[in-house]
Amino acid sequence: MCLGIPGQIVEITDIKNKLATVDISGVKRQVNITCIVDDSHPVETCVGDWVLVHVGFAMQRLDPDEAAETLRLLDELAEFQAAM
Amino acid sequence: MICRWLLVICHPLLTTHYSLTMKYINEFRDPQKTKALIQKIEQIGTQIYAGKPIKIMEVCGGHTHAIFKYGLEDLLPKTIELVHGPGCPVCIMPKGKLDDAIALSQQPHVIFATFGDAMRVPGSKYSLMEAKANGADIRMVYSPLDALQIAKQNPDKEVVFFAIGFETTAPSTALTVLQAQSDRVENFSLFCNHVLVVPALEALLANPDLANPDLQLDGFVAPGHVSTVIGTEPYRVIAERYHKPVVVSGFEPLDILQSIWMVLKQLAAGRCEVENQYTRLVRPAGNVVALDAMQRVFEVRQEFEWRGLGDIALSGLKMRAEYARFDTEAKFILPNRQVPDRKACQCGEILKGVLKPWQCKVFGTACTPEHPIGACMVSSEGACAAYYKYGRLSMPTPQKIPPTPLRKGG
Repeated sequence: MCLGIPGQIVEITDIKNKLATVDISGVKRQVNITCIVDDSHPVETCVGDWVLVHVGFAMQRLDPDEAAETLRLLDELAEFQAAM
Repeated sequence: MICRWLLVICHPLLTTHYSLTMKYINEFRDPQKTKALIQKIEQIGTQIYAGKPIKIMEVCGGHTHAIFKYGLEDLLPKTIELVHGPGCPVCIMPKGKLDDAIALSQQPHVIFATFGDAMRVPGSKYSLMEAKANGADIRMVYSPLDALQIAKQNPDKEVVFFAIGFETTAPSTALTVLQAQSDRVENFSLFCNHVLVVPALEALLANPDLANPDLQLDGFVAPGHVSTVIGTEPYRVIAERYHKPVVVSGFEPLDILQSIWMVLKQLAAGRCEVENQYTRLVRPAGNVVALDAMQRVFEVRQEFEWRGLGDIALSGLKMRAEYARFDTEAKFILPNRQVPDRKACQCGEILKGVLKPWQCKVFGTACTPEHPIGACMVSSEGACAAYYKYGRLSMPTPQKIPPTPLRKGG
């Protein structure tokens, strides 16, 4: 039920209703982006953002730095284990 | 069309086909890193093993499904036991609620819209799927916004949306109601059955069945997508009052294994804290816009009935009185009957983690995904359906591992 998939916003289709097209591995769908916009991050600036898509809504913006940091930690762990 | 889209995205074979381009998914399925994490888990598991497996509950049905899909249980050492929790909204829906939904769908002027997950759940007589076959106008939708669109296209009908799900889904239905209000749609309402994660965990920890030391849980892998909305703070009660480590986790194999490792590290160090493995999507305060929409449209119910867990105080959401014209419960008179589960069905014990699916008398014989008796066999996130689909029809008795003396490091 709580299935969510990361996708990238490729186009804003309706500024007033906060609708955008999200690309998920080549499949495109209109998604409501109300939950990820605020004064510091208005609708117009969302193109290129990676978001978690759930039942037609972008529920949260994905933080690429945090994703990279998690992977870096796991990389270090794998190198350490391989060296043992 | 919408269902086809969902099928394309979710089908495991097709995900393999798209594997080269699935950013933020593929990286978290890396075999080398998986191996390293398993080794770490083995080391720390041996270090803290004290004669019985360390029981970690994955709360979310999405986690349960991923654990079976990737065979993670087979990779984990015997010192660790995963207990599958009640985080499957379809599985915890009592039969009486399904009967209400089916009764609504049979009203002549009603179009009943629902997520596909709820279609095959048996009510006391039949399911929504069977009601549809018998002529009820039931539409499967991917998003509540699609249900609102159906209402706009059918002004002479009343469109009822079956709003189920945890805090991940509740903001989307709240925002749909706000959209209906702003678009002045009068023929749309929510049959609101949203539930809340933390009260259910508290009820589970206070459940007398789990007072048995053999059944006691040692820690939790908490639902990542619920936490994108609620953040990490609400779990603090589990760590502080019940002294259980909690790690909020993503849904890919590396996410789940890293979270298990983080729970074990807390246990080894004697810590009980809320930690966040899913930092790429979960912020401590959650999503303010989503929480605000929920707050505007919904209020917490005094209690809500969960299958297997009974009535749990403050564990469900209902529409606020200001939104009564979008509230199915205010617009219709519902049968609202309490219907006991069939005696043979042990979904309740399975949802509490007291029994494993293969210990249920009807598992895989009278109860299969084609002919489910209980809801845990219906949803792909239900523990029984996951065990059945991935061939876990019976499990050997786990081997006893001799306890090893505690040692530092690992």
